[in-house]
Amino acid sequence: MSKRLVNILVPLISILLGLIIGAIVMAISGFSPVEGYVALWNGIFMDTYTMGETVRQITPYVFAGLAVAFAFRTGLFNIGVEGQLIMGWLAAAYVGFKFDLPTVIHLPLALIAAAVAGALWAFIPGLLKAKLQVHEVIVTIMMNYTALHVANSLIGTLSGGDERTPKVQETASLRSSFFESLTDYSRMHWGFVVALIAVLVMWFILEKTTRGYELKAVGFNKHASQYAGMNVNKNIILAMVISGAFAGLGGAMEALGTFENMSKLHGFTGIGFDGIAVALLGANQPFGVLLGAILFGSLKNGGLNMPSEAGVPTEIVNIVIALIIFFVASGYIIRVVLERFGKQRKEEK
Amino acid sequence: MSFLDVLYFIIPSAIFYAAPLILTAIGGVFTERSGVVNIGLEGIMIVGAASSIIFNLMFADQLGKLTPWVGLIVAMIFGIVLSLILAVAAVSLRADQTVSGVALNLLGLAVAVFTVKMIYDKGQTDSIAERFSRFDIPVLSDIPLIGKMFFVDVYATSILAFVVAIVAWFVIYKTPFGLRLRAVGEHPLAADTMGVSVTKMRYIAVMISGALGGIGGAIYAQAIAGNFGASTISGQGFMAIAAMIFGKWHPLGALGAALFFGFAQALSVVGSSIPYIQDVPAVYLHILPYVLTILALAGFIGKANAPKASGVPYIKGKR
Repeated sequence: MSKRLVNILVPLISILLGLIIGAIVMAISGFSPVEGYVALWNGIFMDTYTMGETVRQITPYVFAGLAVAFAFRTGLFNIGVEGQLIMGWLAAAYVGFKFDLPTVIHLPLALIAAAVAGALWAFIPGLLKAKLQVHEVIVTIMMNYTALHVANSLIGTLSGGDERTPKVQETASLRSSFFESLTDYSRMHWGFVVALIAVLVMWFILEKTTRGYELKAVGFNKHASQYAGMNVNKNIILAMVISGAFAGLGGAMEALGTFENMSKLHGFTGIGFDGIAVALLGANQPFGVLLGAILFGSLKNGGLNMPSEAGVPTEIVNIVIALIIFFVASGYIIRVVLERFGKQRKEEK
Repeated sequence: MSFLDVLYFIIPSAIFYAAPLILTAIGGVFTERSGVVNIGLEGIMIVGAASSIIFNLMFADQLGKLTPWVGLIVAMIFGIVLSLILAVAAVSLRADQTVSGVALNLLGLAVAVFTVKMIYDKGQTDSIAERFSRFDIPVLSDIPLIGKMFFVDVYATSILAFVVAIVAWFVIYKTPFGLRLRAVGEHPLAADTMGVSVTKMRYIAVMISGALGGIGGAIYAQAIAGNFGASTISGQGFMAIAAMIFGKWHPLGALGAALFFGFAQALSVVGSSIPYIQDVPAVYLHILPYVLTILALAGFIGKANAPKASGVPYIKGKR
């Protein structure tokens, strides 16, 4: 079996295994797996409204996935996407409501503010990694909680003691009446176009620029890159900053599109952590990330329909997603089985 | 309020908040010492909290005062079961340990909330009737000054946490088992050559962390929260990991760090009624443990070195 085929089969088999175990869990808990999955399907495709909401859910997942994947390609594990996304959300919401500007300036400004906020939040772990060899995983986790508390506190300050920031100005909003009429007033917004552009940007940086070549080289072998004269430290910081910018833009999708403001968060949004799943499933390739985001975004949004239609708690979707991550991460065993299978077939011939 | 009154007020609550962190952090010390990174402690704590609360609600009538203690054992078992998933993925299947740990967190939360919704038809359980209660330690509580700080209104779970920390120190540093554990985490190839089974040691270590994480979650749920919902455990597992790092992968260091973080947590909860501290915005107290951990890692508070092989799957025969 060719390596390429195995690389495609591993995620597909993982998805299948995840869904099968999800069905078993539902059956054991006394729910009908068929009804459950029909409800899941309907929650994704039932009518134009649900489809619009599905696209809305996919949009921030694309950014979170790109953020995790970009860092991965330079050999960094950015668990801090969640925190960077929160900071981006706050920055976009702030710029969105604070200024009175024409759309052509306001909207890009809000997006840039989000990207910069995310990038700054990722710069700290990048700097610590490059200069002091501090492992980025723990630092980014700690930065996540710091972001959560800081953002909540700032929302109170910015809104004058309120629980949420004021609604963003129309000139900064990604919403459009066109999508509203098309999808029966779902919260679908222009963000998915920005997301598609981001996918192309990541592809372009990694595949078509010298800088991208260096970033990948550092990911493959730090020491060889150093020997070849590349500035490893600079590339590590840059990878984290770009990754954080993607994450921040994911937050902007929530600020300027989905909610049009930011409320105090009681806990994490979960988008950043699901981004790890998205990136893993998409094998850290930009277009793979897009597919992964479409799958997990659809599952997440479809899951919301499961309690009302089939009586199954939404959490079943999270169980399935967690299982898929396990199986993709444990791809080694699937590869071994596939190879055995491939060998046997060869011998039979 | 005099300074002494403040101490009498804050120290018991610091210890109270620290107990779950201490136990979970010690669990983290065991796995990391064996070379497995367990980011999944949060998920394990969640499952421990949920299982103990559900057990408590179901059997409080039959077991009475004993319920929370049996709840700890139930939580321990569920914690071990969940940690076994990590062990299989990270040790046997050579999966990326951090990724499987993240998956474990997602899975733990999802399974716990799914089960609660299935049984109670709502996202949050009722409050339990049988909680851990506190008592005064005889004789010791009569010691002037210290007695009132440390030995009045004590939770038995806090004593358990201290005992576990000391036992962990003894096991890791004074027994052959502990030597092997540390060897496996520092240089698995060398340990393997000397006949120590790397796989077995890592499985045991991960299971110990599952047991202690489950108990930690159960103590948090049954002593502090009193019920279970999706946000009952929110970051305590990661704070325990922070305590482990801040304590430089040493059981007694982790104990000290967890106590300090418990102190910060207590301050952010009861600080509004203490002079001076009530003037500090709560957000500073909330982020204090996390910022301190980053500073500790950056080496501002003495260099912290992780076990060498931590996070690397051991593949036999590979150099």
